[in-house]
Amino acid sequence: MQIYLPIAEISIDVFLLFLMGGGVGFLSGIFGVGGGFLMTPLLIFIGIPPAVAVATQSNNIIASSVSGVLAHMQRGNVDFLMGGILTLGGFLGSFLGVLLFKLLRELGQIDLVINLSYVILLGTLGILMSVEGIRAVTKQSRPGGPRKKLHEHHWFHGLPLRMRFRKSRLYISALLPFGIGAMIGVLSAIMGVGGGFVLVPAMIYVLGMPTAVVIGTSLFQVIFVAINITILQSIETQTVDVVLAMILLLGSVIGAQIGTRAGAGLRAEWLRLLLGLLVLSVCIKLFLDLLIPPADIYSLEVLG
Amino acid sequence: MRKFKPLTSALAVVFSVVLTLSFARPALAVLEADLTNNLVAIKADFFGDSITLFGTIPDEGDVIVVVRGPSTDFKMHRKSNVGGIWINTSSMVFEDVPSFYAIASSAPLDDITNSAIRALNGIGVDYIGLDLPSTKASGPVAEAWKQGLLRNLTDLETYQLQHGKIRFLGDSLFRTEFSLPSNVPIGSYDVTIYHLQAGRVVDARTVPLSVAKVGLEAEIYDFAYNQSAYYGVVAVIIALIAGWLGHIVFRR
Repeated sequence: MQIYLPIAEISIDVFLLFLMGGGVGFLSGIFGVGGGFLMTPLLIFIGIPPAVAVATQSNNIIASSVSGVLAHMQRGNVDFLMGGILTLGGFLGSFLGVLLFKLLRELGQIDLVINLSYVILLGTLGILMSVEGIRAVTKQSRPGGPRKKLHEHHWFHGLPLRMRFRKSRLYISALLPFGIGAMIGVLSAIMGVGGGFVLVPAMIYVLGMPTAVVIGTSLFQVIFVAINITILQSIETQTVDVVLAMILLLGSVIGAQIGTRAGAGLRAEWLRLLLGLLVLSVCIKLFLDLLIPPADIYSLEVLG
Repeated sequence: MRKFKPLTSALAVVFSVVLTLSFARPALAVLEADLTNNLVAIKADFFGDSITLFGTIPDEGDVIVVVRGPSTDFKMHRKSNVGGIWINTSSMVFEDVPSFYAIASSAPLDDITNSAIRALNGIGVDYIGLDLPSTKASGPVAEAWKQGLLRNLTDLETYQLQHGKIRFLGDSLFRTEFSLPSNVPIGSYDVTIYHLQAGRVVDARTVPLSVAKVGLEAEIYDFAYNQSAYYGVVAVIIALIAGWLGHIVFRR
């Protein structure tokens, strides 16, 4: 069944959109990532104008994240203090990111910067997580061995403004999550994603948070970043398509619930490995796009 | 001045009577044409449409029909390989060109008219302002940009370079059809019918066509553009409620 999308101005099969929302929602429920880094390329691939795809999926992410956070809250897996500080940093970062975005667009290289930052970021993260995941998984199968420390301590954990994060069992400087939140904010504004896929590994490897708390807390922060982006895009570019968002919402909310359940049954090590492989495969796809000669070197952008 | 006025109005009356009489005479019948539907309404179930045009010509000759969408600007990018990766290295803006273009004719264009006549009337994509001014690009470079734009627009089906057929249902009655894709640009279109004899345009008529969103689709669009901030807030609230509902439904 085809439906005409009022802002995207094309008609698309409803069931296809529903399935895409469900699939991405499922992954976001398992891994605690918003799924923007998957949804945006998918939407563009089926013919939604890129600007509409970026803005609309941020709206969609709000719903799947809310749904995911509520599920995680029930199991007590959200560190609100940590999430709040990450969010504050995120607001500062997204403001800076919007300025940077404008500057890059004036230079005419925003597409390239977006693509390259995806490749570099996803590549680095994907490799790190997969290697770590494989190591953890193989270690798990051997019983015994020395008990692992709760987390590694580095110099940056001891910066000023130390705070106690009970849920995360951490006593570290508040500047650290604030700084990470800010960096994610910059990335979100430039790359048009919630940033969960960068945030999750940063929380595990840099902050040293327990994996169980990471996912709920990351979703908590992603909600606010996505709200920020949705409203900014509505005002600045009028590219949020509510009809498209609602169909994706329906799919992703259901998918996220199933995903959260499926994720709870999986071991943390396996989660890391699977997320690592997922991130890596998106990276390889984007990298090939840069290398393979385009079908037509001339491409069109409508100015209206 | 004042005393001449009765005279000029009297002259005007006589003149218009003569005009009316001359049009009423059957021997001077004119080209007539209209669309079966002058409004293409875009609703939620819209996925393209076709428009049908009927018309008559007073005596023999050929007919060309051109559909032009509202004018717009197109920005093109050109990629080149820099150190192994393909990036946009230059861009070009085509100003004020039709957002939609389709053409139909009763015989191959080259058989019924020459390029000078086509240029004069803007018939065919070579004569609708796609040639870049020499200040921007010239020669083969300009031609490459133009062909690039045409390829992209043809892929979108908003430019239909395959000429449609005009079929005669008798000596004077003709009929043709155009298809509008689901991504058809919104706005006021001109459908122009040219009557040709011996390669020259002897008569022409333009029929308006409107492509517009109606109902809920139109309201959402207007809301998004006229009250953007509220629209954003409403979108966020819908998403929050949907997320919460999803949680409630699945808790059981």
